[in-house]
Amino acid sequence: MSRTTSLRPRTVVLGLLALVLVMLLSVLVGASDLGWQRVLAEIGAQLTGGTSPLSEREAAIVWQLRVPRVLLAGLVGAALASSGAAFQGVFRNPLADPYLLGAAAGAGMAATMVVVLAPATTGWVVGPLPIAAFAGALLGVGLSWLLGRSSGGTGTATLLLAGVAVAAFLTAVQTFVQQLNTETIRQVYTWMLGGLNISGWREVLLALPYVAIAAVVLCLCARLLDVLTLGDAEAASLGVRPSRVRLLLLAAASLATAAAVAVSGLIGFVGIVVPHLVRLLAGASYRVIVPLSLIGGAVFLIVADHIASTVLPGELPLGVVTAFAGAPFFLLILRTTRTRLP
Amino acid sequence: MPHLRSTLATLLLLGAVALTGCADREEPAGTEGDDDGAFPVRVQAEGAPAVTLETRPERIVSLSPSATETLYAVGAGEQVVAVDSASTYPEQAPRTDLTGLNPDPEAILTHQPDLVVVSADLENKLTDALAPTGTKTLVLPDARTLDAAYEQFELVGKATGHPADGADVASRTREDLAKIIADTPEPEQPLTYYHELDQTFYSVTSATFIGQVYDQFGLTNIADGDDPNAAGGYPQLSAETILQANPDLIFLADTVCCGQNAETIAKRPGWDTLTAVQEGRVVELNDDLASRWSPRVVEFARSVSEAVTAAVSGASA
Repeated sequence: MSRTTSLRPRTVVLGLLALVLVMLLSVLVGASDLGWQRVLAEIGAQLTGGTSPLSEREAAIVWQLRVPRVLLAGLVGAALASSGAAFQGVFRNPLADPYLLGAAAGAGMAATMVVVLAPATTGWVVGPLPIAAFAGALLGVGLSWLLGRSSGGTGTATLLLAGVAVAAFLTAVQTFVQQLNTETIRQVYTWMLGGLNISGWREVLLALPYVAIAAVVLCLCARLLDVLTLGDAEAASLGVRPSRVRLLLLAAASLATAAAVAVSGLIGFVGIVVPHLVRLLAGASYRVIVPLSLIGGAVFLIVADHIASTVLPGELPLGVVTAFAGAPFFLLILRTTRTRLP
Repeated sequence: MPHLRSTLATLLLLGAVALTGCADREEPAGTEGDDDGAFPVRVQAEGAPAVTLETRPERIVSLSPSATETLYAVGAGEQVVAVDSASTYPEQAPRTDLTGLNPDPEAILTHQPDLVVVSADLENKLTDALAPTGTKTLVLPDARTLDAAYEQFELVGKATGHPADGADVASRTREDLAKIIADTPEPEQPLTYYHELDQTFYSVTSATFIGQVYDQFGLTNIADGDDPNAAGGYPQLSAETILQANPDLIFLADTVCCGQNAETIAKRPGWDTLTAVQEGRVVELNDDLASRWSPRVVEFARSVSEAVTAAVSGASA
């Protein structure tokens, strides 16, 4: 494995190029058959002020549905992948993912409560479900943090155990509520399996600030993640206070995860697979992994969402696509990379 | 949980014993030949196992909202002792916490039923669990066609001792529907429609029961695609598929569950460009009415008829 610790500009440019390419592709070709040349002409017309071949309704498909959906997929993918990288670094565990500390369970419980208790709430600027999912995700992580601290442990092991316990408990509450209200089961599961089908600009604006803040914090702290991988004692000797750094990193990652969950439901696999792909392809330093996970996560989820919306006449749950298409892809990379390495 | 499981196992075991025991018993004589219908009666819905009822059921538990409506429509309401939590119609139905999705034999038996009506019984689990107590289970699967629904009306009548009423409900529903359809003007251009089940754009195709009703009015379903049977007839559409299809009529069957109405859908991204939204051809249906295969399908058809009539007169005006 290469020991690159600094990010090579060439890699970043390549990554960004891929990102622009998949974004363009996803905007040009979608579930409805607008014709990619006509969409291209529409984009050109918007940029130059010319006339567009698209009707008003077709233009709405491009600007109010496709563009925000692609942007949102990018934001969610970037948030999940970079949070995953942060979690793996903080816990020094390759299997850690953004939902490790009960974010998914908390969001799931809160979303179920909203579907069951306030099913007909409308007229809010932001629906109650994303707010609840956001709050629930933070509640799950917060509980895990408090429990992990109060049990007196210092390292990450107690925090991890607290996370497992909190997730189990919140999932149990959710299942209980769900069992009492079986008629809402489809609504809850539709949300759980994840998807960006009903997203628009509102959701993009909703997620953007959190993802942006988290991205900046995680990128700036990537060096600290590298230090943490040496162990707490080593980190302390280098002048880093491990518990404070962990709190900061987990807070940023959890905020981004909560924002992603709020607008897209539970989408698995991205947070684990993208950081590992980056690690395999570009190097093991978090100064490489974090920024490239942001780009890679965006690319991965935009492609996955494109598959989700186009491969069948209807929609596929995005969470299903990320796992179904992502897992074999990951194994393939793992195999080919391993054979090339000594 | 282990306790419940062992109870179930015991019940299943008892069921097996009782079933083998049946072979030696003599057939009860069918003496009741009055206007309550002839018992014993053997009934079987399409796609479900046959059930033989020895006597007229006097304590019926219904775990299917559609079946509850049908039971009351054929005059068997007085025999109903409990219905599931989703059975919202009619008012007087004795609603309980029971559920048909994951039925609990113990909870059902506290109502001492002699007949339990459900819409699905996976691997006959409920049937087998209830059999040892002498309780019969009648499975009435989701009707996929209008004819299947009429058959179920007749069947419910027969099974509950109201054969004439059951047949009457079936033929009346058939005639009412035919009349509504005949009285509805036919558009010059075939109209397209989108039927919404929830705000994530789950829809029905023409291969479903609800889709069949729309079919009767000559409407074209935008969810059909190449294969109406894809996704079991309940596909999830993309927002952009709906926008591109630009349906003439939009039917919302998520007004109760999800609080959707003409105003809320107009606020969705891009939806203000839809002709149906601009011209007020959004029909707010009652969720329950638009999802059940009960005699109230006539009311649903009336809503569709009004919408089609308005669309046709609007187009010609």
